[in-house]
Parts: sequence; C-alpha cells; structure tokens
Amino acid sequence: MNIIVCIKQVPETTEVRINPETNTLMREGVKSIINPFDMYAIEEAIRLKERFGGKISVISMGPPQADSALREAISMGADEGYLVCDRAFAGSDTWATSYTLAGAIKKLGQFDLIICGKQASDGDTAQVGPGISTHLNIPQVTYVKKVEEATDKLENNGLASNSQSHKSMRVERMLEEGFEIIETPLPALLTVVKEINEPRIPSLKGLMRAKSAKITMFTQKELNLDPQQIGLCGSPTQVVKIFTPTPRIGGQILKGEIPDIAKQLVELIKDEVNC
Amino acid sequence: MDYLLTEEQKMIKDLAHKIAEEKIRPVAAKYDISEEYPWEVLKVMGESDMFGLFIPEEYGGFANSTMNLCLATEEFSRACGGIAVCYAASALGTIPIVLFGTDEQKKKYLPALASGKRVAAFGITEPEAGSDASAIKTVAKKVGDHYVLNGLKHFITNGGDAETYVVIAMTDKSKGARGASAFIVEKGTLGFTFGKKEDKFGIRASSTRELIFTDCKIPAENLLAKEGMGFIVTMRTFDMSRPGVAAQALGIAQGALELAVKYVRERVQFGKSISSFQGIQWMLADMATEVEAARGLVYSTARMVDAGVKDVAKESAMAKMYASDVAMKVTVDALQLFGGYGYMKDYPIEKYVRDAKITQIYEGTNQVQRGIIALKLIKEMAK
Repeated sequence: MNIIVCIKQVPETTEVRINPETNTLMREGVKSIINPFDMYAIEEAIRLKERFGGKISVISMGPPQADSALREAISMGADEGYLVCDRAFAGSDTWATSYTLAGAIKKLGQFDLIICGKQASDGDTAQVGPGISTHLNIPQVTYVKKVEEATDKLENNGLASNSQSHKSMRVERMLEEGFEIIETPLPALLTVVKEINEPRIPSLKGLMRAKSAKITMFTQKELNLDPQQIGLCGSPTQVVKIFTPTPRIGGQILKGEIPDIAKQLVELIKDEVNC
Repeated sequence: MDYLLTEEQKMIKDLAHKIAEEKIRPVAAKYDISEEYPWEVLKVMGESDMFGLFIPEEYGGFANSTMNLCLATEEFSRACGGIAVCYAASALGTIPIVLFGTDEQKKKYLPALASGKRVAAFGITEPEAGSDASAIKTVAKKVGDHYVLNGLKHFITNGGDAETYVVIAMTDKSKGARGASAFIVEKGTLGFTFGKKEDKFGIRASSTRELIFTDCKIPAENLLAKEGMGFIVTMRTFDMSRPGVAAQALGIAQGALELAVKYVRERVQFGKSISSFQGIQWMLADMATEVEAARGLVYSTARMVDAGVKDVAKESAMAKMYASDVAMKVTVDALQLFGGYGYMKDYPIEKYVRDAKITQIYEGTNQVQRGIIALKLIKEMAK
C-alpha cells in the first residue's frame, strides 16, 4: 500500500503568546514539533505498512526548518520525505495550502491512501485535509478513529486480462456520540483523531536512518503551479487581526431555587437587550 | 555542563530521556506499589533498540558500548531506579555471553536479548556467598554430554522473569576459586525452579528471586568459556557492568536533585520561596557538585572500558562506590528539602531514597569496592 502522510511543523506551546504590537505569534525560544495530530497519522501509516507492506512518503509544506519534522517522521518509520518550500508559497491560507500540497502529491506518482491529522494545533481549521482530497478529486473520510479493514477486491469478468483491482478500506468515523462505519474505495484521504492509536517512540536505527535520509525539496519551479492559486495571492481568506481578548471580569451570581433563577435570568437578559 | 558527547551519544541520551519522561515516569509509582514486572516499558525500550546497546551488531545489537549503556541507564534511572534495573540487570546477564560466548551461543541467545523480547539474569550470589563469592556451594557435575546442577542462588535480579540465566557453579571444589565455571541455563529447563519473590524496600518494580537447581540437566555446550573460568567470567563481567550500576545510582541522584530544585522554587514560607534561603542554596550546591563529580567518574570509567584499557578494576570500583554513596546522600538531602511532604508516599521523593540504598550494596558492596581500590593503589605504589 503506497501511503502519503501530510504533516506540519508547529510551535510547541500550550501558552500561545502574541506580540501585542505586531499581532503575530511569538516564536522565539519556542521549540518546533510535529503537529500532535499528525503524529497519529504517521503512526497509523506505519501500522498499515506493517500490515499490508508498501511505502510511506511523508510530505510537508513549510520553511526550510520543517526538514527536521520530516526526519522525525522517517525516524518513526516513514520511508521518504518531501519538503514543499518556496517563498512563493508564503502567506497561504488553507485553500492555497491544500492546492499546493495537492500539486506536490500529484508529482509523487501512484498512491493508495493519504493520511492527515485532524487539524493543526496552530491554525485549528481542520480544512487542509479535506481541501487536498477535493483538489485531487478523491473521497475523504474525516475523524477516523480506526481502520478496520483494507481489501484488494479483484473483480473477475471471466477473462484474466479484464480483472480489475478495486482497493477499498473500511474505517470507523468518530461522531459526537458514537461512530459510523464507512467503506471507501481507494485512493482516498483520511483525517485521523487521537483515539486511533498511540504514536511510537522512534528507534535508534530509525534515528540514524533519518539523519542520513535525503529530503526531496519541491519549489514552485518543480511544481509549476498556477501563481494565482498559491501564496498570499491565492488565499481567499486573510488573517485581519490576532489579539488576546481582555479577560472578562465581574459577573453576577444568581442564587435561589432553579425556577427563581431562571426568572431572574430572563429579566436580566431582557434588560440587556432592552426589550 | 558539556560532557563532550558525540552525536551518536547525544542521540542515545535524548532518546532514553524521551522514553524515561513519556513511558517510565508516568508508571513509576504504580510499579513501585504493585511490584509487577514492567514488561510494557521493556517492550518500548526493546523497540527503540535500547537493549542493543550492550550487544554487538552482528548479533542484533546496535551502537554497543559501555558509555552508551551508561547513558541509557542513567536516563532511565532518573525516572525510576526500579524499572531501570530490569534493563541493567539484563545487561549483566548478557555481557558474559558477549564476552565469552562461542559464535553458536551468541547466535542462539543474543538476538532475542537484543530485541528486549527476552531478558537475562546473572546468578552467582548464594545465602552463604555474598561478598565472599568464592564460597558458593552450587555444583555442576559433568555426566556424559550434560552437566547436572544442584544448588541455590538467591537475590537474583530478573529472577523468574528472565529467560536466559548465566549461573556460576563449582565444577571442581578441589581447585578453590579456579574450580568454578559459568553456564547458560534457560528458564523451563527441568530441575530449574524459582523460589519466592522478595518483598523489597526499594527497586520494587524489579523482581528478585531465588534460583533453585535440583538435578538440573543442561547440555554440555551451555558451558561458557572453559571449566574453571567461572570467576574470571564473573570479574570481567563486573568490570564492564559496574559502570552501569554506577550510572543507575547517578541517574537516581540526578532525578532526586531535579525534583528538589523544582520543589524549593515553588515552596513558599516566611513570605518567600524557600529557594532564596542560603541554607537551602548551600545544600543544593553541595548536592549538584557531588552529582557532577560522580558523573565525571562514571563517564571517564565508561570511556576507558570502551577504549580497551586492560585494567579498569580500580576505576570501576571508584565509580560504583562514589556514585552510590552520592545517590544515598543526595536522595536523603532531597527528601529533607521536601520537608514533611517528602515523608509522604504521595510525593515521589521517598521512593528515590529507597531505590538509592541498594546501589551501595549490590554488585559488590561499597566495602568490597573500597577493598579493591586500596589493594590496587598499594600494588601500583609497589612498582
């Protein structure tokens, strides 16, 4: 099974600090890590490879330092790393990012499956995975919590030369309450949630392999994408303002029996809205 | 401090640190209470190639060196001395095979030990033979193409959970110390059973049991090296594994020191953090300096072993003795710094004190180590 995993390098921070003057993320001294959800994607790809054989290509769009994220994925068990990096891609929103990644994926040849993490811990949009599948025109299943089965159904028309291989996959997709079971033909794209597995710790041999691995770089020159669809130019959405909201203070505590409190609340809301 | 580690050594230390923080520390208290063997942690160590650090590559190992073994053991011990000793004791049981095994023996036993799927143990100590190892009574009698073992070993770490045991038994009592031989014995061999699991003060995640041999028949090809070489196998093995015990003590000391520094920063008394009091600061300064001094001894001894220096007995003894004495002192001081909270099992520090104590005792008590150091010193001066 040829699997592509899309990863993003993000700042490791549970306390996002914003520079109040420039309205940008303060990244100095903050370590860079693989987006936590992408770790689950990498792990699931490795497990599928252990089950079905094949190859894992891990791809990331980012600055040159994202090279270390790709190497970390290789140390866990991915086979090849690709870095999509060019100034022309800077300022991309999720539309431009998914378009660019889809363009790069087209260069990788035949694949059976793309796995993405549910969302990035810095952007939190969860849009890039579905965006990629749309650009590539392949089915997508989001919030996958388990891969049940992947099969290679051979449809035989009675003539050996006419038999077609239909690969398909059955997964559990997490809902707010419970889950649904979805069967999808391959190639397809999955986005995974953290319930799916426990990412492994790399091995020493993996770390050594990652150190000497060759990361292939894709620039705009190699990809030759539509300049109107990449970077800031190709981004229909813009970040207009980033700010830390001032904490709300005060408030009122309503006391009494619940029906009384409800009455009080309704009156307070009516007053607020002046009706 | 910059220990001038190579890229490979840094990689091993960082990976061991990651395993310690993510896989060992969260379960340390649980295993200390339940005394269950920590197979789930050993599995992660195995999959990360950590068990390969004391086994040559051609038999499934990886980057094997004493220094690498020490770096990994130290990092694991920072999080839990008990879980770390399951790893280190497997090294102790494996090193005799690495040093003295034939190619067949190595091929048979080392790959599974390198993967961590099986662990090893070393059996020499007996109820009447602790520091006086030459007083062992377990015998191995050659009968045809077998040896028959009879006797009892006790206080054996990994006893009962290990699959592969290196056991020292007397093959010729008349030859005294030169009458002992080393054998590889597999768990499940008829006549090889285990006694009760000891209820220990510390390192409770590890299993310590008696090995009981009752007319236990093992194939003659399980003899390690030659008859009569039992104590040479033991001494050479200890020379290489002693830095590992020292590293365990060092890790326990380091872990306790870190917990203490963190705690004193947070604890407020008399309106300020207690870390601003000179008495506290002086204690921390002494603790930190002693830990670094111990580290210096451990690392330089490990480097000497890897460089092939022939006689490392004195330095190995110094490293083990000093690091374990430091571990005892630093852990007790760390508990003191925690005040009343340090005495409560809810807080992690008292476990470090309990885990540290054994490092002053096993693999040669610190009294025996002092004897070794003094004799070597005197001998050197006589030249």
